[in-house]
Amino acid sequence: MAKAGDKSGGSGKKGLKRKAATEEAQEAAVGEDGTTESGVQPPKTAAFPPGFSISEIKNKQRRHLMFTRWKQQQRKEKLAAKKKLKKEREALGDKAPPKPVPKTIDNQRVYDETIVDPNDEEVAYDEATDEFASYFNRQTSPKILITTSDRPHGRTVRLCEQLCTVIPNSHVYYRRGLALKKIIPQCISRDFTDLIVINEDRKIPNGLILSHLPSGPTAHFKMSSVRLRKEIKRRGKDPTEHIPEIILNNFTTRLGHSIGRMFASLFPHNPQFIGRQVATFHNQRDYIFFRFHRYIFKSEKKVGIQELGPRFTLKLRSLQKGTFDSKYGEYEWVHKPREMDTSRRKFHL
Amino acid sequence: MAAAAAPWNHVWVGTDTGILKGVNLQRKQAANFTASGQPRREEAVSALCWGADGETQILVGCADGTVKHFSTEEGRFQGQRQCPGGEGTFRGLAQVDGTLITCVDSGILRVWPDQDKEASSDPLLELRVGPGVCRMRQDPARPHIVATGGKENALKVWDLQGSEEPLFRAKNVRNDWLDLRVPIWDQDIQFLPESQKLVTCTGYHQVRVYDPASPQRRPVLEATYGEYPLTAMTLTPEGNSVIVGNTHGQLAEIDLRQGRLLGCLKGLAGSVRGLQCHPSKPLLASCGLDRILRIHRIRNPRGLEHKVYLKSQLNCLLLSGRDNWEDEPQEPQEPSKVPSEDTETDELWASLEAAAKRKLPDWEQTQGTLQARQRKKKRPGSTSS
Repeated sequence: MAKAGDKSGGSGKKGLKRKAATEEAQEAAVGEDGTTESGVQPPKTAAFPPGFSISEIKNKQRRHLMFTRWKQQQRKEKLAAKKKLKKEREALGDKAPPKPVPKTIDNQRVYDETIVDPNDEEVAYDEATDEFASYFNRQTSPKILITTSDRPHGRTVRLCEQLCTVIPNSHVYYRRGLALKKIIPQCISRDFTDLIVINEDRKIPNGLILSHLPSGPTAHFKMSSVRLRKEIKRRGKDPTEHIPEIILNNFTTRLGHSIGRMFASLFPHNPQFIGRQVATFHNQRDYIFFRFHRYIFKSEKKVGIQELGPRFTLKLRSLQKGTFDSKYGEYEWVHKPREMDTSRRKFHL
Repeated sequence: MAAAAAPWNHVWVGTDTGILKGVNLQRKQAANFTASGQPRREEAVSALCWGADGETQILVGCADGTVKHFSTEEGRFQGQRQCPGGEGTFRGLAQVDGTLITCVDSGILRVWPDQDKEASSDPLLELRVGPGVCRMRQDPARPHIVATGGKENALKVWDLQGSEEPLFRAKNVRNDWLDLRVPIWDQDIQFLPESQKLVTCTGYHQVRVYDPASPQRRPVLEATYGEYPLTAMTLTPEGNSVIVGNTHGQLAEIDLRQGRLLGCLKGLAGSVRGLQCHPSKPLLASCGLDRILRIHRIRNPRGLEHKVYLKSQLNCLLLSGRDNWEDEPQEPQEPSKVPSEDTETDELWASLEAAAKRKLPDWEQTQGTLQARQRKKKRPGSTSS
């Protein structure tokens, strides 16, 4: 017994499995079984007592061996099942049942009661008379002020400049250590409609505060994956002065609608389709991806796109009613990780 | 049908769009009621209070200076009256002996006569309380006593039948450890039952208890909670603690005997605008800017009972204090009235769910998740299944 044990210990794990298998079959036949064991029993079948699992084997090498054998067997069975299913599908041809749709976190999303129904009158009235109504009624056109936190470093400054080219009618100003609450009344008096503050930490931009000006909501985002123009591979030339189109994807809930409208009100309402530029805000699983492309239709259905402009990802942290006042302002929605992030299939935007 | 079921609604909520919503938690329905049939932002509801006899009438204070009467029995608005004077929205609404007490933001507190009896619409009494009022509350035990407080407007208790001077004027606390004046911002006031004491919660996250009976005009007890302004407060049924809510949606129960935190309630995501506890049951209704009405159970065990999505930002609420929440005798007798009632009120929203007994919608996807959860991971080499 000890000799056999040494042998299996000495041999490598992978190459000599068959040898080990026969050895252990013999061992099993001799050692592991119950009382009434006659030598007539074929050496290959190892009858384990019921309720036995591989994890109960104390010897680590042996346990590992048994596990790898089980795994290989599972893989073989799975492959065989797949082949069989494929054959059956081919045999049935057109009458085959449709392929089952794989489950993803997006299609397993927990039902959210706040998802906006397009026919809902109350929500439609609410949106028609909220703070963005004057933009959507074409009464005001956007004028944006872009600034940063105090003493920004190179990346943040360049991001601001690039954002300035992407968003029409926007102006970059150096922060100079001024308090936002003092900047805001001055902006309002100079007819600015939105204020963007890019927060920076350790020389990279990591936050975005978007405040709609006359009295509008303030959204605070976490910004990540910022790529400046020169870091984008296979990009096109710099964007032109044409007003881009906007795409807002997947803002379904009431909160998502508010944020979507906030983004929409940054850009003038009349896109110039001559400059074939488009800014996309794509929401997936509560992360908002911003991309800026130039497109060209090669035929009716084929389109080529070139990515220009900066790209970044945003995640909403809070939406505050009123202009920026983080201490005394009233919040419409605050992200609370320990209460809201308990389910992997629940999203809020 | 909505109007017919109006007397059985458990919670009445006023919204920013001028709609009064009646929510029936037993049948899980919410109904909209508007005075003019269409929601209007100028009629945003800023104050709600029960009317004269029992809980059959609701007085709705709107942003344009009108107070509307709503009858819960009939489920429609019965009339309105203009209450002009002063700028700002209503911060408090109360009624005593048929007269109406209103207080606006700029500090004008007026007592209006009963509209049916007297034709004139001049106020019976007018008091100037001081600018920046955030709340006016009536003492439920002594209806002619009201308390007012606001931003840089200290707590004052007024007797409407007495003199023009307040009965009790609170004094600010001593200067803090830097010898700076502590600012005042009383956001909500409650009268404690069976005593003359008052509790206030401030925008500087303090909860203070005042006792007009004692010679001390400064607060008798002060407790703090959190870092954000406390916006709403309500007393618990036992009367020893209060529940406060702040602008971040955090709800906390604070004991008034010792001034310590008893526990918190989870769930709200937006600023708390209205809070009310049931007088006998351990239930708390809360509404806020996240457009959801929540009913929590305060003790054994503490948790969420119902959650209702109500599409507009909610400003204030009234919880019905009646004991029999399950009483619905008239329900099967109204099928003939259904079509005519529907044209009067707005659409009936019929898909609410109780958080405790959640009904899954009939989607294939959710059935898939159920199956996924039930399928256990097969352990390698196990012989038992």
